[in-house]
Formats: sequence, structure tokens, C-alpha cells
Amino acid sequence: MLKPDLLIVGAGPAGMSAAIVAARAGLKVVVVDEQPTPGGQIWRGVEANAGTSRGRALGAQYCSGLATVRAFRECGAVYWPSTRVWQIEPTLGTYVTGPGGTRVITPRLVLIATGAQERPAPLRGWTLAGVMTVGAAQILLKNPGSVPSEAVWIAGCGPLALLYAHQLVRMGGAVAGFLDTRPSTPLRESLRLAGRAVLRSSGELAKGASWYAELRHRAGRYVPGVVDLQALGTDRLEGVRYRTAAGRVEEIRTSLLLIHEGVLPELHTVRSLGCEIQWDAGQAAYRPVLNEWGECSHPDILIAGDAAGIGGAEAAVHRGRLSALRILQRLGKVAAEPGMTEENCRTALARALALRPFLDRVFRPRGEIFAPDDDTIVCRCEELRVRDLRAALAGSVGPNQLKAFTRAGMGPCQGRQCGLTVAALIAAAEGRQMSDVQPFRVRPPLKPVRLCDLAGLADEGLSS
Amino acid sequence: MFRLLEDDRGRMESTVTIEIDGYPVIARIGETVASALLREGASWSRTTPVSGARRAPYCMMGVCFECLMLVEGEGLVRACQTPVRDGLKVERQMGPRKVGPSC
Repeated sequence: MLKPDLLIVGAGPAGMSAAIVAARAGLKVVVVDEQPTPGGQIWRGVEANAGTSRGRALGAQYCSGLATVRAFRECGAVYWPSTRVWQIEPTLGTYVTGPGGTRVITPRLVLIATGAQERPAPLRGWTLAGVMTVGAAQILLKNPGSVPSEAVWIAGCGPLALLYAHQLVRMGGAVAGFLDTRPSTPLRESLRLAGRAVLRSSGELAKGASWYAELRHRAGRYVPGVVDLQALGTDRLEGVRYRTAAGRVEEIRTSLLLIHEGVLPELHTVRSLGCEIQWDAGQAAYRPVLNEWGECSHPDILIAGDAAGIGGAEAAVHRGRLSALRILQRLGKVAAEPGMTEENCRTALARALALRPFLDRVFRPRGEIFAPDDDTIVCRCEELRVRDLRAALAGSVGPNQLKAFTRAGMGPCQGRQCGLTVAALIAAAEGRQMSDVQPFRVRPPLKPVRLCDLAGLADEGLSS
Repeated sequence: MFRLLEDDRGRMESTVTIEIDGYPVIARIGETVASALLREGASWSRTTPVSGARRAPYCMMGVCFECLMLVEGEGLVRACQTPVRDGLKVERQMGPRKVGPSC
């Protein structure tokens, strides 16, 4: 049984940055991550790609992750890649399975840096083979370096959809059309939200504007204000139907549709521990309740990075460092690097988050995401449609009873794809706010475990 | 649905062959079973236990579980989290999983 000072779950920007600060200060740190190499989703494969033509096409921000990955590799933290955490007990006993078998880690403190997942985007036909997320396609760009074999249709809202289109074109791929589902936002109001951040983040804003301009120029078609999006087909995707802002219904033929409706904090791990969460109306997402260090309602667990609330890679780095500084403080250590101070980290974090309210407002997801039509599958695993859930909801049950009645959230993904939609349906049916509704309770194991993995625990002296 | 871009290091040296339902599939070292599958004409990974509908990799990051496939020596696993290795045998999961020894 491994007994480090600190266990970090996730080797993305936040997890790595925290590990570097903590390990350099002399703490015994273990980092477990599901991927084979460090970087998280944002810097996935950066060690292999930086310095190649693929790296250049992915952009400078992507390649900048290499410095953090290298520092992480050398910082002295124990790093277990390709390892999944399937349970963390309230006493911090943590069960992991990876190439070294099943192990138990009992750290003094845990930092959860599990990042984000894409917001479930329920629409009719979204379970058809041929419908994938934009994030999935971006993962394929990074490793193994593959692009849609034909000019691709993208539908959605959010910076990632624009970034992917930009990267795809740079890599020699093509965009057949972009169905922009972003609700029209009064630009003046959005800019007011950004306030002085506009001046400080003019570079970022200019970059975003240029992606839009490029898209309008390079995509075969650019259709703004798209609603009533549906994927068509029987055995696989054959086409897409949508309604334009002008109210015209159009249909296109395609075998691949990439969808994206923003990202959400990964809360599965956090919620399995009973840590308190709250509804963030600005981000239209649940997030953990945290203090300024990333400490949550569990006294010995901290949360950093996008898992703490969507902020992007740069904010994740600074949140990771701040949590690490707090951990050092609690364990009686000081940071080894000069300049690694609370004040510097907070200044940098504020700068990194300055544009966020603007982005949240401009890319606020459309209402249909939370109230899909009756025919739309909500729970992909159990193939439950809105009308199935509405029928069960007539008896005014909570999320956990609804799960027991319908099996929503009981399939292999354990509610990762339907939890938010189900919470929204409950809120609508009962006339409650999202802040009054809790998503499904999360049960262990967090990831599937084989009986032989459980049996492997005998080697850890835990056969009882 | 997808095609590989040229690799700076040259393509031939860095490939392996895996088997999906008995058919050979060329894969790049370091990629996952799911990403190799997505270059095949039949890019679906399983049929559902509920209606038997075909599903294909959807999120590629381990949160949707649509790419559950039977991988030799490992049982039913997420193909998007499973790296390829030469000679690896993979089968599409048809409907519900049957209980049996897997490891």
C-alpha cells in the first residue's frame, strides 16, 4: 500500500502544475492518469507532436504545453499513466487499476484534477454511428493525426468548435459546412460583461474573431442561428436536418457530423465523495463549492483545473499551483521555486479568467439542449427518450427514484451523458431551478472493474 | 470516416496490424483501437443490449462508453482507451455481454 503525502488524479495542466510545485518542495507525490502520456486533453500527445508539422498546425498554445510536461516528467513525482481511479473512499483510500495491476493508495491529501468533458448535446439521431463530438475529432487530430476523409459538417457552439475547424483546415482537412447553434447575443451586452478584460485580452479576442472570419471564408457553408438540429439515418448517419434563423428547414447529406455544445467540469469523482456542488448559471453547469484554494466540503480533498469550473488551460495551471501552495502550507513545507507565491498565482489566475464571463455569455448553450423534444434519446446507454422520462416524472420523483424506475443513468457511462439533461427535465417538470435539483448520486466503481482486478487486491493485504 | 495524415517520421516504420472481427486493420503505433476502427468502412463498435442498434466511438475520451469492444485478454473495454499492439484481436460486442472468463 502506497502512502504518499499527496495523490493527484489527472495529469493535465492543473494536475501537472500542482505536482511540480509539490514535488519540488519535497512532498511525496503520486499522480495517476488514464492516458498513456501526460498533457490531459488539451496537451494530448504534445511530446510526440511538438516540433513536427502536426504540432505547428495545432498551434503555439498547444505546443506550449511541452514545457510543463517536461518539468512534470523531471519533478520527482511518481507518475502512473494508463491507470484509472475507480474509487476514492471518504477516508482517502484510493483504488486504482493500471499496467501494474490493482493498487491501493492512502495519501494524506488528494487533489482532483480530472478536467472537463463535453456537454452532452442531446438531439434526435445523436446515437447514430457517424455522429461524434468535435472534441473526439480533435483527439484524432492529435493522435494518430487523422482527419475526416471528406469535407466535414460541424454543428455547435463554443470555442472548441471554432478551434477545431481552424486546426483542421491548417492540417489539410476541409469543412463542408458549419451549423452555428450559438443563440444570437447582443454583442454590446457581452462586451460590457467582459469589461476591462477586453483591453487585456485583445489578442485572444482577435484570435477568436479571426477563426470566425476564416470559417466564413473557408467553410463550404456557414449557417448562423441554427435550431431544431437532427441527425438522420437508420443504421448510420445519412444526413442532417435543421432550421435556419429565418425559419427555413434545410437538409444536407453527410456520413459524418461533429457536434459540440461547450464543456462541463468532470464531477463524477468529486460527487462520488459527496463533495458539495452548486449550479453555476453563468456557465450553465454544476461546479464544486470551493474556497479560493480549491478546498471543497471534504476537509482533505482539493479540486483544481476545469474540474473546479471551466476556465481553460492557463487558468488550470494557476489553480493547480494555488492548490499546491495550500497543500504545502498544510503539510508544513514551502515552495522551492522563487516567485511561486500566492500573490503571483492569484494575479496570473485573474488574468487567465478575465475573458471567461464574456465567453460564457457569447457561447451560452441554446435552450433546446436542456429541453429536447419528446423523440430525443436522453440516456444513450439505456436508450430512453424524453417521453419515457416525462412519463415517469409525472409521479414527481427525484433523480434517484427516476433512475430506479427507468434505468436512466444505470448503463455503462453511469449518467455522464444524461445526468445534466435529466436534472433539467426534473427542474422543468417540477417548476424548480437547476440550483434546487441535484443530479444522480454517483456510485462506485467510477470506472468498470473486472472481478480479477478486485481479486488482485489480495496482494495489497485487503482480501477481507 | 477518417483518414491518416502523413507522419513526419514516415508511415511504414510505425504501423502494426490488428484484427477486428477477423479482418486485418493497419494501425499506427501509439493510437487506440477506436481511432483505427474509425478509418474502416464499418466504423461501428458494438450493438446495444436494448434495441440492437449500432453504435460507434462518440467521445474518444472515455466518458460515453459507446466504443466498448471485446479485446483479447482484457474483456469488454473502451476501445478509445486501448492502445493497439501487433496482432491484437478485437471483436465488436453484439448486444449484451455474456459472462465468461476474460482474464
